[in-house]
Amino acid sequence: MNADDEALLEELLAGEHRALARVISKIENRSPGYRDLVSALYAHAGDADVIGITGSPGAGKSTLVDKLAEEYRERGETIGIIAIDPSSPFTGGAVLGDRIRMASTVGDMDVFVRSMSARGTLGGLSTATADAVKAMDAFGKDRIIIETVGAGQNEIDIVRTADTVAVLVPPGSGDDVQTLKAGILEIADVFVVNKADRPGADRTVQELREMIELDSGGGFGGGGHHGADATGDRGGAAVATQDTADGDGSERWTPPIVETVATDGTGVETFIDELAAHRTYLVDSGTRAEKARQRYAEEIRTLLREDVHAVLESELERAGGIDDLADAVHCGETDPYSIVGDVLEPVRSCLEELETDRDG
Amino acid sequence: MSSEQEQESIRCLVAKVGLDGHDRGAHVIARAFRDAGFEVIYSGLHKAPEEIVQAAVQEDVDVLGISILSGAHDTLVPKIMDGLAEYGAKEDTLVLVGGVIPDEDRPELEEAGVSAVFGPGTSIEETIDFVRENAPER
Repeated sequence: MNADDEALLEELLAGEHRALARVISKIENRSPGYRDLVSALYAHAGDADVIGITGSPGAGKSTLVDKLAEEYRERGETIGIIAIDPSSPFTGGAVLGDRIRMASTVGDMDVFVRSMSARGTLGGLSTATADAVKAMDAFGKDRIIIETVGAGQNEIDIVRTADTVAVLVPPGSGDDVQTLKAGILEIADVFVVNKADRPGADRTVQELREMIELDSGGGFGGGGHHGADATGDRGGAAVATQDTADGDGSERWTPPIVETVATDGTGVETFIDELAAHRTYLVDSGTRAEKARQRYAEEIRTLLREDVHAVLESELERAGGIDDLADAVHCGETDPYSIVGDVLEPVRSCLEELETDRDG
Repeated sequence: MSSEQEQESIRCLVAKVGLDGHDRGAHVIARAFRDAGFEVIYSGLHKAPEEIVQAAVQEDVDVLGISILSGAHDTLVPKIMDGLAEYGAKEDTLVLVGGVIPDEDRPELEEAGVSAVFGPGTSIEETIDFVRENAPER
């Protein structure tokens, strides 16, 4: 690490907000030397509780994050927030607007809000997010909240950075078949039906509950048709049980459903309690350690993929550049499969030679 | 683009300070900056100088564009500059002011550390070019 970065790291560890901001910029920009900086952060990170908040656009994520931060602050904890917004696929530009809704904690530097755009390519955003989390963790933030763009595979990757994932489901977000589909609902540790004062909220809660009961092996007996009493037992408490259906004795987590009205703070305390319950579960069941290992494995894979990707890009350049190759396919001279074979050939033969060397 | 390449992007905070309630201009600028490939953080209306300083520091912006129509620039802008200085962010942040600023007030703003004042009628291209040319190298 160079002397400047060394100094920057020291300032960050000493609690200088500007240094934290600068380190995150280096991470986002992939400035020279950022990797050494992030490597050094690992030794100081690992204490923060990382919460991911996702859900469809307009579900009320920013407003809920704001209220969450406010409540945590009242409990004397320090907060880091990473708010991710989309960037233009054409110009790379972005308007990052989530900050506007985080008004409860302005003027309080102990709530550190950082907006990030989905800049860059494959996996780049999730690496940058994970690294920024490391920076906030090393800085000493107690809770780090990641707020994602919304639905989509990329967001699921980002949320894997979190210990606990909350999925916001707005009322009236579809019929019960939607809850059967694969995807974003599967990653939830806690469900939040936000805007619970709106018509259709009870029905949404009911649909989620049926989905969860089916999933947890409650089967058709428990998950039957409740009809009119669907509105009877509200909130997450009723389903926040940990059943022992796994057979191997390890406890399974059943995602609770919390109803909130983020605009006025209703349900936020219950939400925090459920987040805390999930954390306790993670620690007690040993899942936290397991998750951390999986995360590190994923980080190693992503970094390797990025580096290999860079090698391939230069190999592509050597083979005449992607535009010429695409032209060649367009003119009917060749096809993508043949090109890929040709481009990778030298790499493969190199690796094989290495293999023979090792054997010999 | 190789993933190892630097992915630097000009980051701007477009900020409304004080009591004026017109942010049409700020929206137009935010969108034009976005289309120019910048990352724009918009502060929202009615912000206090401290709030803008906090956002500028946390977001580590290269450019701070302050939009002000209320006539209170003489008091509010220097407060923001002092706040930036407090966090060591004044030196390498390009600060622009847009809005209705009488000519005689400009020297004072420049004295406070504002790099340029864009009055009514300034073309968007001019503003974008100015940012591209003057955004601090870090």
